[in-house]
Amino acid sequence: MTEATILAEHGSGPSLRERLQHAMPFIVLAPSLLASFIYVFVFTIWTFYISLSDSSLLPTYHFVGFEHYVSIWANKRWTIAYSNLLLYSVLYVSLAILIGLGLAIAIDQRVRGEAIWRTIFLYPLAVSFAVTGTVWAWLYSPNAGIEFFVRSLGWTDFTFRLTTDRNLAIYAVIATGIWQSSGFAMALFLAGLRSVDPDLLKAAQIDGAGPFRTYRKVIIPTIAPIFIAVAVVLLQFAIRTFDLVAALTNNGGPGIATTFPATYVYDLMFQRGQIAEGATAAILMLGALAFVLVPYSLWLVWRRRRESAHG
Amino acid sequence: MVDATLSAPFDAAAARAARKYFIGRVGIYAFLSLFAFIYILPLFVVVANSFRPLPEIIQNGLIGFPHSLTFGAWSQVWNSYCVGGTCEGIRHNFFNSLEMTIPATIISTLLGLMNGYILSKWRFYGSEVIFTCMMFGVFMPGQVSLMPWAFVLGQLGLANSITGLVLIHCVQGLSFTTLFCRNYYVNIPDDLIKAARIDGAGFWRIFYKIILPLSPPILIVTVIWQFTGIWNEYLFGVVFTAGRGQPITASLVGMATGGTNVRVYDVMSAGVLIGAIPPLLIYLFGGRYFVRGLTQGAIK
Amino acid sequence: MSSLTISKLRKSFGPVEVLKGVDLEARTGEFVALVGPSGCGKSTLLAMIAGLETISSGEIRIDGRLVNSVAPKDRDIAMVFQSYALYPTMTVRQNITFGMESRHVPRAVQDEAVKRVAALLQIEPLLQRKPGQLSGGQRQRVAMGRALVRDPKLFLFDEPLSNLDAKLRVEMRSEIKRLHQRVGKTTIYVTHDQVEAMTLASRIAVMHKGELQQFDVPRMVYDRPANMFVAGFMGSPSMNFLSAEIGDEQGSTLKLANGDDAPLTLGLASPLAGRGASRNIILGVRPEHISLHHPERVADKRAYALASAPVEIVEPTGAETMVGLRLAGREITARFEPHEAPEVGQTVTLALDMSKACLFDAQTERLIN
Repeated sequence: MTEATILAEHGSGPSLRERLQHAMPFIVLAPSLLASFIYVFVFTIWTFYISLSDSSLLPTYHFVGFEHYVSIWANKRWTIAYSNLLLYSVLYVSLAILIGLGLAIAIDQRVRGEAIWRTIFLYPLAVSFAVTGTVWAWLYSPNAGIEFFVRSLGWTDFTFRLTTDRNLAIYAVIATGIWQSSGFAMALFLAGLRSVDPDLLKAAQIDGAGPFRTYRKVIIPTIAPIFIAVAVVLLQFAIRTFDLVAALTNNGGPGIATTFPATYVYDLMFQRGQIAEGATAAILMLGALAFVLVPYSLWLVWRRRRESAHG
Repeated sequence: MVDATLSAPFDAAAARAARKYFIGRVGIYAFLSLFAFIYILPLFVVVANSFRPLPEIIQNGLIGFPHSLTFGAWSQVWNSYCVGGTCEGIRHNFFNSLEMTIPATIISTLLGLMNGYILSKWRFYGSEVIFTCMMFGVFMPGQVSLMPWAFVLGQLGLANSITGLVLIHCVQGLSFTTLFCRNYYVNIPDDLIKAARIDGAGFWRIFYKIILPLSPPILIVTVIWQFTGIWNEYLFGVVFTAGRGQPITASLVGMATGGTNVRVYDVMSAGVLIGAIPPLLIYLFGGRYFVRGLTQGAIK
Repeated sequence: MSSLTISKLRKSFGPVEVLKGVDLEARTGEFVALVGPSGCGKSTLLAMIAGLETISSGEIRIDGRLVNSVAPKDRDIAMVFQSYALYPTMTVRQNITFGMESRHVPRAVQDEAVKRVAALLQIEPLLQRKPGQLSGGQRQRVAMGRALVRDPKLFLFDEPLSNLDAKLRVEMRSEIKRLHQRVGKTTIYVTHDQVEAMTLASRIAVMHKGELQQFDVPRMVYDRPANMFVAGFMGSPSMNFLSAEIGDEQGSTLKLANGDDAPLTLGLASPLAGRGASRNIILGVRPEHISLHHPERVADKRAYALASAPVEIVEPTGAETMVGLRLAGREITARFEPHEAPEVGQTVTLALDMSKACLFDAQTERLIN
């Protein structure tokens, strides 16, 4: 082989066709990448900027600094909204997990008609929060719903008026949210229970652990990561709660008792023409999500590292 | 069971165990039944009331079996019920939802398949960073993007249009579909791709001939997730469209909470069912695969 | 002419250098085994030959042609993967013809090729099945069929037998050997199993930490390992290593420290000359070169060094018995005929075949010639 041919082999680069082949992944990925970049970063920064402006009915870009972030905490509706969110998050997430786990364990006992039970508990997930809210609003309504039904059975002084009572309405929202989402928790827990190594159960049996102790000491600890995943997903749902309240309590009623951050944003932006304040509340929602998700992702990374280090 | 009951008189311990087992079974079924009742109740109420005459509902309450059946509510809500000033029923809204959901589901799913394929099988320097950035989209609350979307849709001339909603759902759905597909494709051995490359297959041929035939499980998950999610979405529908132009979820909430104080439960029930049937059907047929796929790919 | 020439090949993943300048060549028709522990860079090297990994620096030539930037499909190679990498949604026939279809080979030629390969590997009855319906051994055959149908310049095998159970592995091993003898194609075969390398290869390349340790015919790799790593890696049970000092000025004896007892002196088969500076030596003796001392049996007494050692553990494997002994304070393993094996607790006199022993420099760990 001569010097010249070696050079020729080096010199003649890949053909246009080959170069196109090589660039294909980038070409295909580019539009999605651009769209996601704009959606995630440009839009967030944009909204953040609006929150620092004095926009009212229309967005303006007159910078006023962080004053909305200060004034929002003096607003009674906002304080109600975020205390509602706190209460809702805690009860909704913990009870949905509890009920979901209970249902999953019950179904895991080789019950008959497993597919039917599963479908029954899972179907609310397919139904929108809007529809769920509408129907449960009827069931909570005193003139036609559960109260009316029980009274018609003869118990005439029975009262069940969650949605008309300022102090109780939030619990109606919580109960309805749980009804919608516990099936989701059930499905994931069930899949987790089924994925537990059967040898582990045999070992527990030989060690003389009863079913209760087996669940508490062996199974539930091994599916602990699922608890965290379910909790994070549900927390996200909680922070976004909007449709449910819109349909169930007519956007936060009675009065402003069931206002949530998301309904507050919508109200300020589109009903009251206070765009900058609305944007402020939206950014605070994002902050709340980050508060949940950043530790979660860090935990995931940490766990993956640890696993790969051991593997 | 049979053995246990037969030998029970001779063995007290076995009898105790059998009794304990029996009580346990009863407890499990009672627990499941109680919750099943609560879960079924709302569905039963809407189905029953959509066939009951309104006076009967007002008189006997929402919870009750139909004494007489009528289909009037269904045709009324479909054809002639007055929503937002026009009396043409919710059929336009239903078709709006179809026009929005089907293209948005298809486009976002196809893009997700491609992106997932690239990000798992054609990794390049920085692709993990790109993937992480795209994942932020999964967690973005809609409220943060409302104002920018209003501006973008206005500029594109898509304000108050279904096309505008399709655009929003495609962009928003992209992160979900990419996440699902990427996590699924990661589990396909890289050796398959290497073998195909040695066999002379390129980017597209590997996708069509190897990746796509392996994709049905994740395709089902993605389509169900996107279809139900987009169909049920309320915020963008209510903000960016109005009246006849609204998707059905937004118009149902409008009907349920708007204007009149007289509750037309029969018509609303039929409307609610019309709005809930497409995602319910999708779930009924695909739910099994959905849960399996979700645990395989998405939640990890 | 050589089928494959690799010179000064380097590969880095970020700051980690996995190949540190490898030179290798395979003559036409040769069977080269790349062997080494996991993480030694052998699979990366194979992937670079296939064109699946980029090259940081250096050259790869196939049949004289520089292929550094040639796409895998244009390198005229075929590869069998550890996981077989059979396309799960295609039938066996489609798996075999996929590559030809990518190259737009005419139908009739494809059919002819499938027939030839199916007959060669005896997989005709499986052609319409999917990979999921095949046993491990059948999958292995199909994977080889997919490679054979190409009639390439170079066959690449990436640990093709490691997913099979022990019995099947031995069967397929001899099948691969027969196949290579019949087809006569240049083959590069990656394995971590030194037995596979010994049985199959015409030459073995032993790799460790991204460097080529030794590249030679199996006999030489086994008998004259270039360094302590190769010596320890090839052969099971491993070679016994005993650190020692040169015992006299002529270099004809070794002295092994023995705790508080007097040092053990072993005579060398041939004197070590001119190593005055570094007296520290590692003596390497393979288990099969240690036997029980029978005064009447040993003809050339000078070739054998004698030492007494207590027996600590006896492990019969059927055909032979491995015996763990303590020699001058160190654990060693010896390989005995079952009927000759001593019992635990005995103290026996061992005869070490010093003509077969290897001596390594304690510092560089290299073989001393």
